[in-house]
Amino acid sequence: MTSKSRWLAAGGVAIAAALAAAFLLMWKPALAPISPPAQGTFDAGTRLAGARVVALGDCIVCHTAKGGKPFAGGLPLATPFGTIYATNITPDVQTGIGSWSLEAFTRALRYGVARDGHLLYPAFPYIHFTRMSDGDIAAAYAYLMTREPVEATAPANQLMFPLNFRPLLAFWNVLFLHPGAQQPDPSKDAEWNRGKLLVDGLGHCASCHSPLNAIGGEKSGHAFDGGIVDGWEAPALNALGAAPRPWTREQLVAYLRTGRASEHGAAAGPMLPVRRDLATVAEADVQAIATYLLSIQKLRPVAATDAASTREALASAEAQRGATLFAASCAQCHGPAAPMQSIGERPTLAFSTAVNAATPRNAIQMMLSGNGWHGEDSMNYMPAFGQIYNDQQIADLASYIRAAYSQRGPWKDVEATVTKVRKENNAR
Amino acid sequence: MIHLTVNGVQHALDIDPSTPLLYALRNDLQLHGAKFGCGLGQCGACTVIVDGEAVFSCLIPVASLGNKPVRTIESLGTPERPGPLQKAFIDHQAAQCGYCIAGMIMRAQALLERNPHPTERESLEHMEPNLCRCGTHTRILAAIREVAHLPKADASHDKPQLAASHGGAQ
Repeated sequence: MTSKSRWLAAGGVAIAAALAAAFLLMWKPALAPISPPAQGTFDAGTRLAGARVVALGDCIVCHTAKGGKPFAGGLPLATPFGTIYATNITPDVQTGIGSWSLEAFTRALRYGVARDGHLLYPAFPYIHFTRMSDGDIAAAYAYLMTREPVEATAPANQLMFPLNFRPLLAFWNVLFLHPGAQQPDPSKDAEWNRGKLLVDGLGHCASCHSPLNAIGGEKSGHAFDGGIVDGWEAPALNALGAAPRPWTREQLVAYLRTGRASEHGAAAGPMLPVRRDLATVAEADVQAIATYLLSIQKLRPVAATDAASTREALASAEAQRGATLFAASCAQCHGPAAPMQSIGERPTLAFSTAVNAATPRNAIQMMLSGNGWHGEDSMNYMPAFGQIYNDQQIADLASYIRAAYSQRGPWKDVEATVTKVRKENNAR
Repeated sequence: MIHLTVNGVQHALDIDPSTPLLYALRNDLQLHGAKFGCGLGQCGACTVIVDGEAVFSCLIPVASLGNKPVRTIESLGTPERPGPLQKAFIDHQAAQCGYCIAGMIMRAQALLERNPHPTERESLEHMEPNLCRCGTHTRILAAIREVAHLPKADASHDKPQLAASHGGAQ
């Protein structure tokens, strides 16, 4: 053998080995289908525990289309890579998970693999659910398998090439999936460990509240630094002391359970359904979440107050125009004399997270879309102004509100942001 | 001076620019169709059509309207010659106390002008912001269905509705 042919042979073997390794990584076996578990398979206690797990995991939020049956899927999730439709997780055999064994369900939550072996997109937060305990997974399974089966097939995903080729997700998983249940930290108490499990695992808070990198993974070292989801800013969860009134445990618990914190404001946008789920779980769970969140704070420079630039901003033409709009459109509820300010501990806009945020995004979203009725849950209703005000008028209002209620200096490029946010909303 | 175009007529009013449109309509133009309900954009009794959109007139300052045309229920017909939607509301006896009705009609009118044949779901979603304290929603929706040429509500809904209208006619 010449040295050249030896090199070629060695190269061939290396390529074959790499291909074999890639194939092993990408190929997952199907697990045998089962007949749907019979009535009475799961005892009431397990189903009840499962209801709590499923609420803490917010499963219903993504797995229910607007106006659709619970857990029957079909909700479009807009990602930078295209649109993914949430799947049907009711126990329907043909279109849902009726033929999934507990083993298959567990593999999906821990490894992101469907029963038939195809890899699931990480819009399904298995990188977080993998931290769940076996007991919680079994309880969630018992709850979901005893829901009403709904025959519903989600529309086909519309993803850009090559991401529509699922086996490639295996390589994404190598980078971002670290499978396995959470191991308790013995140096911390039980409540903290419970909170960490709920925040990092089941609750998958970091999925929205962290910045994403170019391939849709959570940026390493930046967990809870804040992110953007559905056009709304999901605020940083590790800078809770930077609010005009630093968040306390009591305020966090009130916010997560009732959707309103008297020193910060009301839940809106994508947080609204999350907190509606959290209203149904044991208060101890929400207290544990608050305890854990308060333990992950990073030291940040406090935003400087700037009285001179605030005065100047208030006198600007846009703020003056905004003041006129505010007097007719907002003051009835948000003005100092409004009854709404003294009923139900509704905070002044001076405390509002959106008004004090680094960017006007959430204030703009709130004005464009309002906070709709949700059946009897109408406590924090606000009408939408997107149809009656143009971009300049929304921007004028934002500039006025910022100048009149926040000490943190004017926002930049407000009108351009309104145009951008509105365009994004219309495309969704 | 504030310039308003209401029901095709131009007006120049010497009023505060932050005056809500509803106040200008009722107090300065003597158009009393639109009602003051909550003043908070929650009930819809003040609904009028601005530039084709159903809006809460209690929340819009007159200064924000520019040249946008405003239409109130007075533009749809008269007691002698009611418009098609007004006639359907009368035929279905959709009003009980009637306070919400001008708003209901204007919201429905905005939908039907944009989309003369909405689906049941579209009309339900569109009407959601307007509240009726008396609970005549089924008759209000029946009136809208008639003008939209939608089939009557299904049998399960139909029965109590029929009974109710017979009751009203007796």
